[in-house]
Amino acid sequence: MKTRKWLAYPYLVWMVGFIVVPLILIVYYGLTSAGGGITLDNIALISKPINRGALWLSLELSFISTIVCLVLAYPLALILRNLKIKSSSFVVLVFILPMWMNSLLRTLAWQNILENTGILNQILSFFNLPTLSIINTPSAIMIGMVYNFLPFMILPIYNSLVKISDDIVNAAKDLGANNFQTFIRVIWPLSFPGVVSGVIMVFVPSLTTFAISDILGGSKVLLIGNVIEQQFKIVNNWHTGSGLSLVLMVFILISMAILAKYDKNENKAGGQII
Amino acid sequence: MKNTIKNYLQKFYIALILLFLYAPIAILMVLSFNESKSRSKWGGFTLKWYIELFQNREIMNALYTTLIIAFLSALIATIIGTAASIGINRMKIVPKTTILSITNIPMLNADIVTAISLMLLFVAMRFTLGFRTVLISHITFNIPYVVLSVMPKLKQLNINTYEAALDLGAKPVYAFYKVVFPEIFPGVLSGFLLSFTMSLDDFVITHFTKGISVDTLSTKIYSEVRKGIKPEMYALSTLMFVAVLILLTLVNYSKNKGKK
Repeated sequence: MKTRKWLAYPYLVWMVGFIVVPLILIVYYGLTSAGGGITLDNIALISKPINRGALWLSLELSFISTIVCLVLAYPLALILRNLKIKSSSFVVLVFILPMWMNSLLRTLAWQNILENTGILNQILSFFNLPTLSIINTPSAIMIGMVYNFLPFMILPIYNSLVKISDDIVNAAKDLGANNFQTFIRVIWPLSFPGVVSGVIMVFVPSLTTFAISDILGGSKVLLIGNVIEQQFKIVNNWHTGSGLSLVLMVFILISMAILAKYDKNENKAGGQII
Repeated sequence: MKNTIKNYLQKFYIALILLFLYAPIAILMVLSFNESKSRSKWGGFTLKWYIELFQNREIMNALYTTLIIAFLSALIATIIGTAASIGINRMKIVPKTTILSITNIPMLNADIVTAISLMLLFVAMRFTLGFRTVLISHITFNIPYVVLSVMPKLKQLNINTYEAALDLGAKPVYAFYKVVFPEIFPGVLSGFLLSFTMSLDDFVITHFTKGISVDTLSTKIYSEVRKGIKPEMYALSTLMFVAVLILLTLVNYSKNKGKK
């Protein structure tokens, strides 16, 4: 019984070979030049205006989409919790189901909606409202991000909210807290771990996407994901591509570190409340 | 009165979000019946794309590749991942947490970084990019989902039942299949299904590791985005979506019936 550890060995070989070594390779390519010498030039390329612009736009759009997703998802999750639907797996299903249709096709369908003569503008002009030209702008990409990643915000928040027992909420009210105080001091802190995982699951893919910006930005808008993809697939400069990926990874790590820190603080506070 | 308005508003809000999530799917379904090849023009109702779909060798090939990679990668990931979970569960705290945090990397890291890192590895090892490399990549990003599903079940497991089986004379392998496996099976199954779904829906990692000879549905769609999607693709995705919908409804229905 004690020596079951060997069952993990095949996986450990796999893990080192296909997770650890590949990451080391990115670092290696990112820090060397085609000639073989160690250099920081690849990373310094991020300061080139076109790359810096792409990174900045990516950060901006992914930040906004994360906030929009949170604002849309939290009330929804709260409503769903209060509905007391018997099988929570049904709720989960409704929000996972869209993912069974190819996400590239679903994003493409947004072209139909947002085009200048698209569905949205036809509805607007039917009501004699001014039409919008959204397609091929950063706003279209932002809508695409919110659309694609909203379920990843809804599900973790909903899961953390259904776990909160009614007794805790009622206890807060019995002790004289009004609805607002109950929310701020009880419900929000207890659901915070769900919010954290939701934020990570929306922010990271939004920051690094290149397909959404390709489809809805009409190759007029470049995100950092597009820049990296082109370095590998078109320019074939793997050193530059790896260098820029390293910069991207730094931003991912920073965002995770910030959230992990918040998560810990909130957990402590949550512990005091119960 | 105030409560009914509140109730109504809440229902309206849910409906609005569902509309947001499902409208694009409805559009794709409508397009699959569109006589016109253009995405933005309605040319009348037709079923011809559903017929032509099955004669389109390229799309059928891509579908076959997608399904076989999803199935194989989910199966292999489930076997490696379940064995790994049992092994990791027996380890001391330090190696355990180290291994589990490395396991989480492909899940938390950006797809594009995982994809590039694997591509660099395959090229460095002189693997030809193709079916094999896509399969290896999919297994790699699927294993974390299996470990994530199986680990909690192992933690709930009562170790005494297994030891009781051994005391009663069962061989370890027999005791495992009779006592441990039934307990962790729901986790194993959901790990497999999760892996299958993730593999089916993946685009980024396949895009970088596939080379030129292989195409899955996702990469095929991506290459068609610029020159215009073939309407057969809408027909295929409608069929797949409806199939999953029916399957899930049946599973849910039989589950509910079983409860009663």
